[in-house]
Amino acid sequence: MLYEKYRDEIDAILARYPSKRSALLPVLYIAQDAYGRLDDASIREVAEILDLPYTDVFEVVGFYTLFYNEDVGKFVLDVCDDVPCCFCGAEELVADLEQRLKVKAGYTTDDKMFTLRRVKCIAACDQAPVLQANLEFHYKVTPDKVPALLEDLRRKVESGAQISISGRFAEH
Amino acid sequence: MPKTQLQEHIVLRNREIANIADIAVYTQHGGYETARKALTTMSAQAIVDEVKKSGLRGRGGAGFPTGVKWGFVPREIFPKYLIVNADESEPGTFNNHEIIDHNPHQLIEGIIISAFAIGANTAYIYIRGEFAYGARLLEQKIAEARAKGFVGKNVFESGFDIEIYVHRGAGAYICGEETALLESLEGKIGQPRLKPPFPAVAGLYAKPTVVNNVETLTNVPRIIEKGADWYRTFGTERSPGTKAVSISGHVKNPGNYEIPLGITMREFIYDWAGGMRDPNVPLKFIIPGGASSSWLTPEHLDTPLTWDDMAAAGTMLGSGAVVVLDESVSVVKAALRVDEFFKHESCGKCAPCREGTHFLVKVWERIDEGHGRPDDIELLSDVGRQMLGKCFCPLGDSAVSAVNSAVKFFRDEIAAQIK
Ligand SMILES: Cc1cc2nc3c(=O)[nH]c(=O)nc-3n(C[C@H](O)[C@H](O)[C@H](O)COP(=O)(O)O)c2cc1C
Ligand code: FES
Repeated sequence: MLYEKYRDEIDAILARYPSKRSALLPVLYIAQDAYGRLDDASIREVAEILDLPYTDVFEVVGFYTLFYNEDVGKFVLDVCDDVPCCFCGAEELVADLEQRLKVKAGYTTDDKMFTLRRVKCIAACDQAPVLQANLEFHYKVTPDKVPALLEDLRRKVESGAQISISGRFAEH
Repeated sequence: MPKTQLQEHIVLRNREIANIADIAVYTQHGGYETARKALTTMSAQAIVDEVKKSGLRGRGGAGFPTGVKWGFVPREIFPKYLIVNADESEPGTFNNHEIIDHNPHQLIEGIIISAFAIGANTAYIYIRGEFAYGARLLEQKIAEARAKGFVGKNVFESGFDIEIYVHRGAGAYICGEETALLESLEGKIGQPRLKPPFPAVAGLYAKPTVVNNVETLTNVPRIIEKGADWYRTFGTERSPGTKAVSISGHVKNPGNYEIPLGITMREFIYDWAGGMRDPNVPLKFIIPGGASSSWLTPEHLDTPLTWDDMAAAGTMLGSGAVVVLDESVSVVKAALRVDEFFKHESCGKCAPCREGTHFLVKVWERIDEGHGRPDDIELLSDVGRQMLGKCFCPLGDSAVSAVNSAVKFFRDEIAAQIK
């Protein structure tokens, strides 16, 4: 179970706050990585670890965009389509990804490798078009760079590298 | 000769000192010496007074004088908290991002000095969830500082204890609003609290709390090191100092620039950021202070970048985020995207914002798709009127900026798209 498996990490998080409840977001990130998404059972488990009513945790999971209660791919690709990115190549990037991955934004590929999403400003507007892959930044992703990027991510999965949809080990 | 770079940066010192994120480099350049001096030779009140004298104003958007805010904190109530607002989610803004990734120790030093000044022994850095790398980096940098005795118990052997923790948000713009941030840090959904009480009196866990932006706190070590008078040699009387301003969109050299407050928008765009990307496509409009701000057009180019001048021009300096858009841009599309943002980020607490942003997007969408109705411009303005001043927090008002700006400056273009 989650607490037994991540006891040190969770205890270290709890020690930062005078209130257990403050540990909710960081513990949800751990659970999300452990279970691949925050389904009902994992939400209940987190609630029990932190002595919270289930409904409070369901509400929190529903509120924040980085918590996924539905299945997502090994990599969540978040393309910023906000102003100014949408006028600086983001639309072309979304179209290219949709075509290559054969999914519309908002969906996951059949092989469960990628979930493609449109997101709002991710604070890298000077680097447009930008995306995050599991919350790691990729700058100036013009369509010509997409094949290599996707290949790279696929290789990561094949090599058994540590993968965190919550971005817990992000390196850039 | 136009001046396009500061001789000496105050916050973006990574631009002149390579690898300043490395603690060895930072300390070689005097890093943490100011914290040592402040904690071992100055009183908390003396620090607050110096910051007050410097005229430093909050960089998170509202421009509230930092020293004055610190002065509101009751001395005799414990514990107190310092919250570092690293939520940086206002579209167009990416200056905190650079400070966190490239000059983190100056931020940490600023946190230590500021926590001492207000009497807080615990600081939380609330960082947007998307800065997953930034959060990890900060944790590592705090650990480096701790290993040197700058963070933890009895720092610099001053008798002062300071713990600094990084807390990742999870993707919600509203959590940048200081009371929603506190709710989120307490493990709840990010809905703003009624003010008063203000956080200075009853903030995190109902204890006295100061919330300051990343850039605000990164200024503090330099102000304490070199003094308020030195700081005031930059900027203007009422907007002293420098500001890291993000510029993006259709300019030749997008990026962050640390500017002395008071240069004009024209100087900033054309001298500092290299002018328009394509000289044959002229400037159409500017979103000058983040997506929440009202737009400016070429006739406003001589507006100085200060809090007062931007307010006089009907907009705001905001978070220091200038988005420059050229004639290739559709006004309807831009307004739609901006209002989609606010719709997505509305926390749902109050009806005018929750419903209003929904309607605005619906109307912009149908105009964009060519199904606009004859009275849609009036409808947009009317929905805006019903939102302005009636929402629980400033987010709802912010969604109206794009509507009113688009209608005011580009009514004909919108009308042409409806017909
Ligand atoms: C909707 C909304 C979003 C905000 N987002 C941020 C933010 O991302 N970062 C920030 O520093 N301040 C943000 N603010 C302003 C904060 O409420 C607060 O004024 C600021 O953190 C205070 O710090 P300062 O005085 O150093 O600027 C936001 C305000 C509102 C109303
Ligand atoms: S608008 Fe895309 S990163 Fe800011």
